[in-house]
Amino acid sequence: MKALRRYLDKIKPTFSKGGKLGMFHSTFDAFESFMFVPNTVTHKGSHIRDGIDLKRTMSVVVLALMPALLFGMWNTGYQHFMSMGLTEQVSFWQTFWFGFWKVLPIVIVSYVVGLGIEFAFAQSRGHEVNEGFLVTGMLIPLIMPVDVPLWIVALATAFAVIIGKEVFGGTGMNVWNPALLARAFVFFAYPSHISGDKVWIASMIKGEGIIDGFSGATPLAIAANGTGETGANMTVEALQQQMPSVYDMFMGFIPGSIGETSKLAILLGAAILLITGIGSWRIMLATVVGGLGMGYLCNFLAVNPYMELPAYYHLLMGGFAFGAVFMATDPVSASQTNTGKWIYGLLLGIMIVIIRIFNPAYPEGVMLAILLMNTFAPLIDYYVVGANINRRLKRTKVQA
Amino acid sequence: MSKVVKIKKGLDIKLKGSAEKVLAKATIAESYAVKPTDFAGLMPKLVVKQGDQVKVGTPLFFDKNRPEIMFVSPVSGTVSAINRGERRKLLEVVVTPGTEQEYEKHNVGNAASLNREELIALMLKGGVWPFIKQRPYGIIANPSDTPKDIFISGFDTAPLGVDMDFILTNEAEHFQKGIDILKKLTPNKVHLGVTTGNAASGILKKVKGVESTIFTGPHPAGNVGVHINHIAPINKGEIVWTIDPQLVALLGRFFTSGIYNVEKIIAVAGSEVKRPQYFRIITGASLKCIAYNIASENSPRYISGNVLTGTELSADGFLGFYDNMISVIPEGNHHELFGWAKLFRPKVFSTSHAYLSFLTPNKKYALDTNLNGGERAFVMTGQYEKVLPMDIYPVYLLKAILAEDIDKMEQLGIYEVIEEDLALCEFVCTSKTEVQAILRKGIDLMIKEMS
Repeated sequence: MKALRRYLDKIKPTFSKGGKLGMFHSTFDAFESFMFVPNTVTHKGSHIRDGIDLKRTMSVVVLALMPALLFGMWNTGYQHFMSMGLTEQVSFWQTFWFGFWKVLPIVIVSYVVGLGIEFAFAQSRGHEVNEGFLVTGMLIPLIMPVDVPLWIVALATAFAVIIGKEVFGGTGMNVWNPALLARAFVFFAYPSHISGDKVWIASMIKGEGIIDGFSGATPLAIAANGTGETGANMTVEALQQQMPSVYDMFMGFIPGSIGETSKLAILLGAAILLITGIGSWRIMLATVVGGLGMGYLCNFLAVNPYMELPAYYHLLMGGFAFGAVFMATDPVSASQTNTGKWIYGLLLGIMIVIIRIFNPAYPEGVMLAILLMNTFAPLIDYYVVGANINRRLKRTKVQA
Repeated sequence: MSKVVKIKKGLDIKLKGSAEKVLAKATIAESYAVKPTDFAGLMPKLVVKQGDQVKVGTPLFFDKNRPEIMFVSPVSGTVSAINRGERRKLLEVVVTPGTEQEYEKHNVGNAASLNREELIALMLKGGVWPFIKQRPYGIIANPSDTPKDIFISGFDTAPLGVDMDFILTNEAEHFQKGIDILKKLTPNKVHLGVTTGNAASGILKKVKGVESTIFTGPHPAGNVGVHINHIAPINKGEIVWTIDPQLVALLGRFFTSGIYNVEKIIAVAGSEVKRPQYFRIITGASLKCIAYNIASENSPRYISGNVLTGTELSADGFLGFYDNMISVIPEGNHHELFGWAKLFRPKVFSTSHAYLSFLTPNKKYALDTNLNGGERAFVMTGQYEKVLPMDIYPVYLLKAILAEDIDKMEQLGIYEVIEEDLALCEFVCTSKTEVQAILRKGIDLMIKEMS
């Protein structure tokens, strides 16, 4: 390793300002600081600093996403073989490898495109490359349907990084969660690739070998049957009959976006985020409370079977858990004050359930609800900070 | 019974090398300096030139904006160097002591019978006026102001912080005298913040004429800014004064003897110190006089003051005017392979549970000066709030400063904080933001705009 260090020290001048390849300074710095914690020392202010940095922080989040990713890979295989009625014939590893080779290209495309753009922007601005995309690049594949064409992933990632982040100034400056923006891009630009019953299961669009009567519909799509005309003559029990069992929804043996299906895997990730303190427990808790609260309210006012579904179903269906744990807690796009985080989370949970139940056009409400709350987060903070300012002003007036 | 304020937010950073309560023999340095840079916002005007003979208490320079404020020589001898930095900024006025010490003597008479104006005039002339700082801004107090209150913090919670009881052991009389003088400077109260750890027999618990409040909790519980914030937060237009407890004793000493005697007791602490203990030293002394006590072979970081707020010094630098300690810690100018990715990094302390240091809360560290990462935009939230026991939103304040929005800075509480209050925010920051430098920039801007 000393040899590597020596080599880096040797080529460093070439990449420094004024060096032959000085224009690639940011790229060099990114690789160097990836391998070695830099030798920068403090000069202004506090002489000692906490060991934490953005690299560590972001890698913890990526680590927290691993259970969801690995399960997503397995489930991709499982759902595929189930659609063909072959689950009895294939082994665990066959199932996993099938999913692995389906998911890996999406991950690679997301990272290559996103990091490429990040490096280019850092380069042109002369900044250090920011670690934020390490997480975004992992989130994007996890919220895509497995059969999404790779060129769409590339396009969506580029859109998210450029329009969602870099035009605002890069990591830390963005208004919306970039990963969700990528999904929203696909959702609105290529709706046929991210909605319907067939996109969630690998190779189902092609339709070869699918067993008769296999639908591939997500629990949310089924639950949406409980509204409108179809729902009018149905009991909630009948609706629940059509849906996968609570156990299956919790464990994740259901169709859905790659990383969102297993609540168990997400809970593992949530545990990592909460123990390390990197994910905000306030936002997670508030979102769950908001969702459950709205769910109960719907139960109370129920006019159709969907509204009668037990409130906790909302936590198990679709991307609620994934959104609450990994998306809503993005520190940049969420509310930044502690009071604000409570309000943000509560409204988010409420909004998710409202969109799900009352908007027939979108079976899933998580993405739009989070993007909406991202938009309002600065406003929430504005009022929370405003209250602080008013307390200060009031103090002055009392004195005077 | 004094009021008790429990501070909950904050952080005690446990470092190796805290000073043993032993007083080393008196040390005489080969040179002493007064540094205009110790005084925030000061525009110095020299009155001596190289080669001049000065006595103890002879003015070396004064404040251009407030010429009545004098800065005087701590020793008698020859002005041996006038060091300037970029753009001829005055950095140090160095005095090499002669063999005989001569003093400028002021007729202080019986301090108890002097009125406020006479006291202030004497303090200005005697060079002890700069002992008193004002809030807002943390600059030297303006002699023409009448402060709402005067605040003193009787304990130090900073990493490796000094034991004020130990320092003031033999200064009880002078401390009481200093307090009596301060009482005449304010129409209201002199507040003294103490902690449960202060010795019951010590002067800080026994002193008369002060309003004592007990503060408990982690650093920054000992910061005078926190005390002010919990007792009577500063509003727009208000001015309070603050003074370090050891300087209170020195003030008492001045009014006893009539001479500028700034010999004080400081701690020399840190993991690079052979024998961390207390020293009797004259303010402004060159660090060379403690060099024998430094263990490190690689050149360590010398800091006048504590590791969070102190000033970086070279090995032959000079003790700062307000500082009660010198910290010596290792430099962190080394690379660490995949340091950010290691599960275990036993030498690194972190408040974040992303490292495992939270499992060993009592472990002491020999932290170095490595930044532990690169500077980034603000990303993480809620970190600063955990270590700032005040009703302030630090990130919003900092952003207002970066945007140079005077109104917002005022509304968000810039009058209530100086660098030391936000030092822990800087320590914990994931994005390695230079919090203290930004805050000082904001304060400088306020001073400029409000004058």
